Amino acid sequence: MLDSHRRTGYILFAVLVAQVILISFQVRSERGVPVIESVTFGVFSEIQRAASGLATGVRDNWGRYVSLRNVTEENASLKQRIADLEVNLQEARALAWRSESLQAILDYKRAVPLPTLGAEVIAGDATPWFRTLTINRGTTDGLRAGLAVLAPSGVVGRLVGRLGLNAAKVQLLGDRNAAAGAMIERSRAAGIVSGGSGDPPLRLDYVSNQADVQVGDRVVTSGSEGIYPKGFLIGLVESVGLGTGRYQDSGLYQNIGVRPEVDFDALEDVLVVTVRRATDVRLGETQ
Amino acid sequence: MTVARIAVTIAVAVALQTTLLPYLVGNWSGIDLVLVAVIYVAMMTGPVPALVSGALGGIVQDALSGGLIGVGGVAKTLVGFSVAMLSAQVIVVPALPRFVVFFLSTLVHGFVFLGLYSMLESYNPNTGIGPVFGQSLGNGVAGVVLFELTKVLPRLGALRLRGFNSGRVKPRMEW
Repeated sequence: MLDSHRRTGYILFAVLVAQVILISFQVRSERGVPVIESVTFGVFSEIQRAASGLATGVRDNWGRYVSLRNVTEENASLKQRIADLEVNLQEARALAWRSESLQAILDYKRAVPLPTLGAEVIAGDATPWFRTLTINRGTTDGLRAGLAVLAPSGVVGRLVGRLGLNAAKVQLLGDRNAAAGAMIERSRAAGIVSGGSGDPPLRLDYVSNQADVQVGDRVVTSGSEGIYPKGFLIGLVESVGLGTGRYQDSGLYQNIGVRPEVDFDALEDVLVVTVRRATDVRLGETQ
Repeated sequence: MTVARIAVTIAVAVALQTTLLPYLVGNWSGIDLVLVAVIYVAMMTGPVPALVSGALGGIVQDALSGGLIGVGGVAKTLVGFSVAMLSAQVIVVPALPRFVVFFLSTLVHGFVFLGLYSMLESYNPNTGIGPVFGQSLGNGVAGVVLFELTKVLPRLGALRLRGFNSGRVKPRMEW
């Protein structure tokens, strides 16, 4: 049995709550919804939100726990995939670069009025003492020693040595044993371009002290040696000096340094002129 | 029949409030006979009859007045319960203390009533704090008069009954 005070308290509470509920049914909130409905909705929506949050948290945590069991394998798989993608990306970049290079050599081939054969550089210098490279064309393609090799930016060198069936060695113009008949395009002053170990790597010899040579002049092939077709760009004059007559200098010829236009270290594709005695090219036609 | 007595008391109070009082005081709202009845019941009985009478009287008044049903009920429930609890601790017999009880109870009722309505901004009762003090005075006087009447009327009734019958008189209400 409840004592009278407690019972009175319960009755008071019940009566008040009942009347508050009664009031709530009549009062409308600012949104026009009855307060009892608004309060009920608010209370239950909070309960629902809390329950939903709890359920979501449990589900997420459980999902994370379950996922952790496979995360190691997944991580390794993803790393492998990233590595594969990086390789693919590099391959794509290489292909793009290759495509550009091929496009350039194709355009150059069309511009050159000579029978040429495109070739890919497959190897570089075998030793630091010689400036040579290897291309993927050989006797099977009708090549033979002594044929000129060109690049879109200028003269590369010539084929030397014994050619393989599908490979050939190219002596670069920068090699100290290489030489080519050349001339100043502007003044027609002729000489011989040869390689060396200095800087600039090419020099133009046998140009008279009287000849008109200036820094920046274009040096092109003269075709006098019977290997390189006439009129192809070799490089630009970088330094000019009169002969001193001392030591091995006769004093008759100028000391001319030439910077080659071809970057011998970055060659990828070249053109081989398939005729030994090529028809001369008019100056400036190919550049 | 406690509930029946409460119901009759409240019904009489409401009837007087709505029918007789306008003829006596016009539109003046200085007396709340239902509240006076509730306080009277509270002083004469106990907490439960007091809060029940307060709830019942307030709800009936709310229903008749067109206000929110329950606001007056809550106010009168609290007042009835409080007065009943106070009367159980303090003897309130002289007229002045009874006046004070009615006065203060009416003030509390007014504050609770207006306080509840103030929380419901879209519902404004046609009264303010000022009329509450006037009503407190009126209820105080009415309460004292009521108590005096309850003392006089049974005696009158007893005298009348004694002249016609056995003369049994019940001095006060029993709950």
